[in-house]
Amino acid sequence: MNPLPFIVASYAIAIIVPATLAIAALTRMRRAERRLRAIDPRAARRARAGRHK
Amino acid sequence: MELHAVSSEPAPKPTRAAGFHRFANPGRFLRLSEALLPWLAAGGILLAAVGLVWGAFFSPADWQQGQAARIMYVHVPAAWIALSGYLALAGASAASLVWRHPLADLAAAEIGPVGASFAAVCLATGSLWGRPEWGAWWVWDARLTSMLVLFFLYLGHIVLVRAFDDPIRGYRAGAVLALIGVVDLPIIHFSVVWWNTLHQGNSISLLSAPSIYISMLWPLIFATLGYSLGFAAIVLARLRAAVLERRLAFLLLAQAEQAERQSFSAAGLASL
Repeated sequence: MNPLPFIVASYAIAIIVPATLAIAALTRMRRAERRLRAIDPRAARRARAGRHK
Repeated sequence: MELHAVSSEPAPKPTRAAGFHRFANPGRFLRLSEALLPWLAAGGILLAAVGLVWGAFFSPADWQQGQAARIMYVHVPAAWIALSGYLALAGASAASLVWRHPLADLAAAEIGPVGASFAAVCLATGSLWGRPEWGAWWVWDARLTSMLVLFFLYLGHIVLVRAFDDPIRGYRAGAVLALIGVVDLPIIHFSVVWWNTLHQGNSISLLSAPSIYISMLWPLIFATLGYSLGFAAIVLARLRAAVLERRLAFLLLAQAEQAERQSFSAAGLASL
Protein backbone atom coordinates (compact mmCIF):
# COMPACT_ATOMS: atom_id res chain seq x y z
CA MET A 1 0.00 0.00 0.00
CA ASN A 2 1.37 3.40 -1.01
CA PRO A 3 1.69 5.41 2.24
CA LEU A 4 1.98 8.82 0.52
CA PRO A 5 -1.74 9.77 0.64
CA PHE A 6 -1.83 8.85 4.35
CA ILE A 7 1.26 10.96 5.08
CA VAL A 8 -0.12 13.96 3.14
CA ALA A 9 -3.52 13.68 4.88
CA SER A 10 -1.85 13.46 8.31
CA TYR A 11 0.29 16.54 7.71
CA ALA A 12 -2.70 18.44 6.31
CA ILE A 13 -4.80 17.68 9.42
CA ALA A 14 -1.91 18.50 11.76
CA ILE A 15 -1.37 21.88 10.07
CA ILE A 16 -4.96 22.94 9.29
CA VAL A 17 -6.46 22.22 12.75
CA PRO A 18 -3.91 24.22 14.83
CA ALA A 19 -3.85 27.01 12.20
CA THR A 20 -7.66 27.30 12.38
CA LEU A 21 -7.52 27.37 16.19
CA ALA A 22 -4.82 30.05 16.11
CA ILE A 23 -6.66 32.26 13.60
CA ALA A 24 -9.94 31.91 15.55
CA ALA A 25 -8.19 32.79 18.85
CA LEU A 26 -6.43 35.79 17.30
CA THR A 27 -9.63 37.09 15.68
CA ARG A 28 -11.55 36.71 18.95
CA MET A 29 -8.78 38.49 20.89
CA ARG A 30 -8.55 41.38 18.43
CA ARG A 31 -12.35 41.79 18.39
CA ALA A 32 -12.46 41.89 22.22
CA GLU A 33 -9.62 44.45 22.31
CA ARG A 34 -11.39 46.64 19.70
CA ARG A 35 -14.74 46.50 21.50
CA LEU A 36 -13.10 47.27 24.85
CA ARG A 37 -11.26 50.26 23.36
CA ALA A 38 -14.57 51.55 21.99
CA ILE A 39 -16.25 51.75 25.42
CA ASP A 40 -13.37 52.03 27.90
CA PRO A 41 -11.32 55.25 27.69
CA ARG A 42 -8.52 53.70 29.83
CA ALA A 43 -8.08 50.81 27.38
CA ALA A 44 -7.99 53.28 24.46
CA ARG A 45 -5.33 55.40 26.25
CA ARG A 46 -3.22 52.31 26.98
CA ALA A 47 -3.46 51.20 23.35
CA ARG A 48 -2.38 54.65 22.13
CA ALA A 49 0.52 54.69 24.61
CA GLY A 50 1.56 51.21 23.41
CA ARG A 51 1.58 52.33 19.78
CA HIS A 52 3.73 55.42 20.53
CA LYS A 53 6.37 53.47 22.52
CA MET B 1 -7.13 55.29 72.21
CA GLU B 2 -5.34 53.77 69.29
CA LEU B 3 -7.60 52.36 66.65
CA HIS B 4 -4.89 50.40 64.87
CA ALA B 5 -2.39 48.57 67.01
CA VAL B 6 0.96 48.24 65.31
CA SER B 7 2.50 44.83 65.80
CA SER B 8 6.16 44.73 66.79
CA GLU B 9 6.57 41.42 64.97
CA PRO B 10 7.91 41.52 61.42
CA ALA B 11 5.38 41.12 58.65
CA PRO B 12 5.03 37.52 57.45
CA LYS B 13 6.97 36.68 54.32
CA PRO B 14 4.82 36.11 51.23
CA THR B 15 4.26 32.40 50.71
CA ARG B 16 4.86 30.52 47.45
CA ALA B 17 1.10 30.53 46.86
CA ALA B 18 0.98 34.34 47.27
CA GLY B 19 3.76 34.61 44.68
CA PHE B 20 1.77 32.43 42.33
CA HIS B 21 -1.34 34.55 42.91
CA ARG B 22 0.49 37.62 41.60
CA PHE B 23 0.23 36.14 38.10
CA ALA B 24 -3.48 35.47 38.56
CA ASN B 25 -4.21 39.20 38.74
CA PRO B 26 -6.15 39.88 35.50
CA GLY B 27 -4.41 43.23 34.84
CA ARG B 28 -0.95 41.71 35.30
CA PHE B 29 -1.98 38.70 33.22
CA LEU B 30 -3.07 40.97 30.35
CA ARG B 31 0.24 42.84 30.38
CA LEU B 32 2.30 39.63 30.65
CA SER B 33 0.34 37.82 27.95
CA GLU B 34 0.62 40.81 25.58
CA ALA B 35 4.42 40.66 25.92
CA LEU B 36 4.67 36.85 25.71
CA LEU B 37 2.22 36.11 22.91
CA PRO B 38 4.28 37.23 19.86
CA TRP B 39 7.34 35.30 21.10
CA LEU B 40 5.39 32.12 21.77
CA ALA B 41 3.61 32.31 18.41
CA ALA B 42 6.77 33.06 16.41
CA GLY B 43 8.81 30.41 18.25
CA GLY B 44 6.04 27.84 17.82
CA ILE B 45 5.64 28.45 14.08
CA LEU B 46 9.40 28.41 13.47
CA LEU B 47 10.18 25.26 15.49
CA ALA B 48 7.14 23.37 14.16
CA ALA B 49 8.02 24.34 10.57
CA VAL B 50 11.61 23.13 11.00
CA GLY B 51 10.47 19.89 12.65
CA LEU B 52 7.77 19.11 10.08
CA VAL B 53 9.90 19.91 7.01
CA TRP B 54 12.85 17.97 8.45
CA GLY B 55 10.60 15.03 9.32
CA ALA B 56 8.75 14.99 6.00
CA PHE B 57 11.68 15.43 3.61
CA PHE B 58 15.08 14.96 5.26
CA SER B 59 14.79 12.32 8.01
CA PRO B 60 15.40 8.68 7.08
CA ALA B 61 12.57 6.22 6.53
CA ASP B 62 12.03 3.63 9.26
CA TRP B 63 13.67 0.23 8.57
CA GLN B 64 10.45 -1.61 9.44
CA GLN B 65 7.58 0.80 8.72
CA GLY B 66 9.16 2.60 5.78
CA GLN B 67 7.86 6.04 4.72
CA ALA B 68 4.66 5.74 6.79
CA ALA B 69 6.75 6.39 9.92
CA ARG B 70 6.90 10.07 8.84
CA ILE B 71 3.38 10.39 10.30
CA MET B 72 5.15 10.13 13.68
CA TYR B 73 6.31 13.78 13.36
CA VAL B 74 2.72 15.02 13.57
CA HIS B 75 1.13 12.17 15.57
CA VAL B 76 3.53 12.20 18.55
CA PRO B 77 3.45 16.01 19.10
CA ALA B 78 -0.37 15.97 18.92
CA ALA B 79 -0.47 13.13 21.50
CA TRP B 80 2.01 14.97 23.73
CA ILE B 81 -0.09 18.17 23.58
CA ALA B 82 -3.32 16.27 24.26
CA LEU B 83 -1.80 14.70 27.40
CA SER B 84 0.08 17.73 28.72
CA GLY B 85 -2.90 19.96 27.86
CA TYR B 86 -5.11 17.76 30.01
CA LEU B 87 -2.55 18.03 32.83
CA ALA B 88 -2.72 21.84 32.48
CA LEU B 89 -6.53 21.61 32.51
CA ALA B 90 -6.38 19.56 35.72
CA GLY B 91 -3.92 22.07 37.26
CA ALA B 92 -6.23 24.98 36.45
CA SER B 93 -9.18 22.97 37.81
CA ALA B 94 -7.32 22.28 41.07
CA ALA B 95 -6.48 26.01 41.37
CA SER B 96 -10.13 26.80 40.66
CA LEU B 97 -11.38 24.47 43.41
CA VAL B 98 -8.73 25.45 46.00
CA TRP B 99 -8.44 29.22 45.46
CA ARG B 100 -11.71 29.90 43.61
CA HIS B 101 -9.85 32.23 41.29
CA PRO B 102 -11.80 33.38 38.21
CA LEU B 103 -8.68 33.29 36.02
CA ALA B 104 -8.23 29.57 36.80
CA ASP B 105 -11.87 28.97 35.81
CA LEU B 106 -11.37 30.80 32.53
CA ALA B 107 -8.06 29.00 31.88
CA ALA B 108 -9.73 25.59 32.32
CA ALA B 109 -12.62 26.60 30.04
CA GLU B 110 -10.22 27.83 27.33
CA ILE B 111 -7.78 24.88 27.49
CA GLY B 112 -10.62 22.35 26.96
CA PRO B 113 -11.47 23.00 23.27
CA VAL B 114 -7.79 23.35 22.27
CA GLY B 115 -6.83 20.11 24.05
CA ALA B 116 -9.82 18.31 22.50
CA SER B 117 -8.72 19.47 19.02
CA PHE B 118 -5.21 18.10 19.55
CA ALA B 119 -6.63 14.82 20.91
CA ALA B 120 -8.74 14.61 17.74
CA VAL B 121 -5.63 15.29 15.59
CA CYS B 122 -3.79 12.53 17.49
CA LEU B 123 -6.64 10.04 16.90
CA ALA B 124 -7.03 11.01 13.22
CA THR B 125 -3.31 10.85 12.41
CA GLY B 126 -3.02 7.60 14.39
CA SER B 127 -5.82 6.16 12.30
CA LEU B 128 -4.08 7.31 9.10
CA TRP B 129 -0.89 5.63 10.33
CA GLY B 130 -2.70 2.45 11.35
CA ARG B 131 -4.32 1.83 7.95
CA PRO B 132 -1.09 1.24 5.96
CA GLU B 133 0.71 -0.44 8.89
CA TRP B 134 -1.97 -2.63 10.52
CA GLY B 135 -4.46 -2.78 7.66
CA ALA B 136 -7.15 -1.23 9.89
CA TRP B 137 -8.30 2.33 10.59
CA TRP B 138 -9.13 1.47 14.18
CA VAL B 139 -8.59 -1.35 16.67
CA TRP B 140 -9.91 -1.52 20.24
CA ASP B 141 -6.36 -1.55 21.54
CA ALA B 142 -5.61 -0.30 25.11
CA ARG B 143 -3.60 2.73 23.89
CA LEU B 144 -6.16 3.80 21.29
CA THR B 145 -9.14 3.24 23.59
CA SER B 146 -7.59 5.14 26.52
CA MET B 147 -6.77 8.01 24.13
CA LEU B 148 -10.38 8.00 22.91
CA VAL B 149 -11.48 8.19 26.57
CA LEU B 150 -9.25 11.28 26.98
CA PHE B 151 -10.96 12.88 23.96
CA PHE B 152 -14.38 12.17 25.53
CA LEU B 153 -13.16 13.61 28.86
CA TYR B 154 -12.24 16.83 27.04
CA LEU B 155 -15.67 16.89 25.34
CA GLY B 156 -17.39 16.22 28.68
CA HIS B 157 -15.52 19.12 30.25
CA ILE B 158 -16.43 21.46 27.37
CA VAL B 159 -20.11 20.56 27.68
CA LEU B 160 -20.18 20.62 31.50
CA VAL B 161 -18.68 24.11 31.95
CA ARG B 162 -21.34 25.49 29.58
CA ALA B 163 -24.28 23.41 30.87
CA PHE B 164 -25.39 25.59 33.81
CA ASP B 165 -27.16 28.95 33.92
CA ASP B 166 -24.80 29.90 36.75
CA PRO B 167 -21.31 29.75 35.17
CA ILE B 168 -19.64 29.23 38.58
CA ARG B 169 -21.51 25.92 39.02
CA GLY B 170 -20.37 24.91 35.53
CA TYR B 171 -16.73 25.70 36.34
CA ARG B 172 -16.90 23.71 39.61
CA ALA B 173 -18.53 20.68 37.95
CA GLY B 174 -16.01 20.83 35.09
CA ALA B 175 -13.14 21.05 37.59
CA VAL B 176 -14.32 17.92 39.42
CA LEU B 177 -14.60 16.01 36.12
CA ALA B 178 -11.14 17.20 35.03
CA LEU B 179 -9.56 16.02 38.29
CA ILE B 180 -11.27 12.62 38.14
CA GLY B 181 -10.16 12.26 34.52
CA VAL B 182 -6.48 12.64 35.44
CA VAL B 183 -6.51 8.90 36.21
CA ASP B 184 -6.62 8.31 32.43
CA LEU B 185 -3.18 9.90 31.88
CA PRO B 186 -1.05 7.12 33.49
CA ILE B 187 -3.34 4.56 31.86
CA ILE B 188 -2.56 6.04 28.43
CA HIS B 189 1.15 6.22 29.16
CA PHE B 190 1.54 2.71 30.59
CA SER B 191 -1.10 0.99 28.43
CA VAL B 192 1.60 -0.33 26.10
CA VAL B 193 3.43 -1.80 29.11
CA TRP B 194 0.48 -3.20 31.08
CA TRP B 195 -1.32 -4.84 28.14
CA ASN B 196 -0.39 -6.55 24.90
CA THR B 197 -1.15 -3.86 22.36
CA LEU B 198 -0.96 -3.51 18.61
CA HIS B 199 0.31 0.03 19.22
CA GLN B 200 4.09 0.13 19.49
CA GLY B 201 5.82 0.69 22.84
CA ASN B 202 7.23 4.01 24.05
CA SER B 203 10.33 4.97 22.03
CA ILE B 204 11.22 7.89 24.31
CA SER B 205 11.47 7.63 28.08
CA LEU B 206 12.67 10.00 30.79
CA LEU B 207 14.48 7.18 32.59
CA SER B 208 16.33 5.52 29.72
CA ALA B 209 18.02 6.34 26.43
CA PRO B 210 15.63 6.75 23.49
CA SER B 211 15.27 3.70 21.25
CA ILE B 212 14.76 5.94 18.23
CA TYR B 213 17.51 6.78 15.75
CA ILE B 214 19.04 10.22 16.49
CA SER B 215 18.35 11.67 13.04
CA MET B 216 14.66 10.85 13.59
CA LEU B 217 14.71 12.09 17.19
CA TRP B 218 15.80 15.67 16.40
CA PRO B 219 12.96 16.57 14.02
CA LEU B 220 10.56 14.98 16.50
CA ILE B 221 11.94 17.18 19.29
CA PHE B 222 11.66 20.30 17.11
CA ALA B 223 8.09 19.48 16.08
CA THR B 224 7.06 18.70 19.67
CA LEU B 225 8.60 21.92 21.01
CA GLY B 226 6.98 23.92 18.20
CA TYR B 227 3.55 22.41 18.84
CA SER B 228 3.98 23.00 22.60
CA LEU B 229 4.75 26.70 22.10
CA GLY B 230 1.90 26.93 19.57
CA PHE B 231 -0.50 25.34 22.05
CA ALA B 232 0.62 27.81 24.75
CA ALA B 233 0.14 30.74 22.34
CA ILE B 234 -3.37 29.61 21.30
CA VAL B 235 -4.46 29.08 24.93
CA LEU B 236 -2.95 32.42 25.98
CA ALA B 237 -4.74 34.27 23.14
CA ARG B 238 -8.06 32.58 24.01
CA LEU B 239 -7.58 33.32 27.72
CA ARG B 240 -6.70 36.94 26.95
CA ALA B 241 -9.85 37.22 24.83
CA ALA B 242 -11.93 35.68 27.63
CA VAL B 243 -10.55 38.13 30.24
CA LEU B 244 -11.20 41.09 27.91
CA GLU B 245 -14.73 39.83 27.13
CA ARG B 246 -15.47 39.53 30.86
CA ARG B 247 -14.16 43.06 31.47
CA LEU B 248 -16.30 44.26 28.57
CA ALA B 249 -19.41 42.59 30.02
CA PHE B 250 -18.80 44.23 33.42
CA LEU B 251 -18.32 47.66 31.83
CA LEU B 252 -21.48 47.34 29.70
CA LEU B 253 -23.44 46.24 32.78
CA ALA B 254 -22.09 49.17 34.81
CA GLN B 255 -22.98 51.61 32.00
CA ALA B 256 -26.50 50.16 31.74
CA GLU B 257 -27.01 50.46 35.51
CA GLN B 258 -25.75 54.04 35.48
CA ALA B 259 -28.08 54.94 32.59
CA GLU B 260 -30.99 53.31 34.46
CA ARG B 261 -30.22 55.28 37.63
CA GLN B 262 -30.02 58.53 35.66
CA SER B 263 -33.35 57.88 33.95
CA PHE B 264 -34.95 57.07 37.34
CA SER B 265 -33.61 60.24 38.92
CA ALA B 266 -34.72 62.33 35.90
CA ALA B 267 -38.20 60.77 36.15
CA GLY B 268 -38.27 61.51 39.91
CA LEU B 269 -37.32 65.16 39.32
CA ALA B 270 -39.94 65.49 36.61
CA SER B 271 -42.69 64.17 38.89
CA LEU B 272 -41.84 66.75 41.62
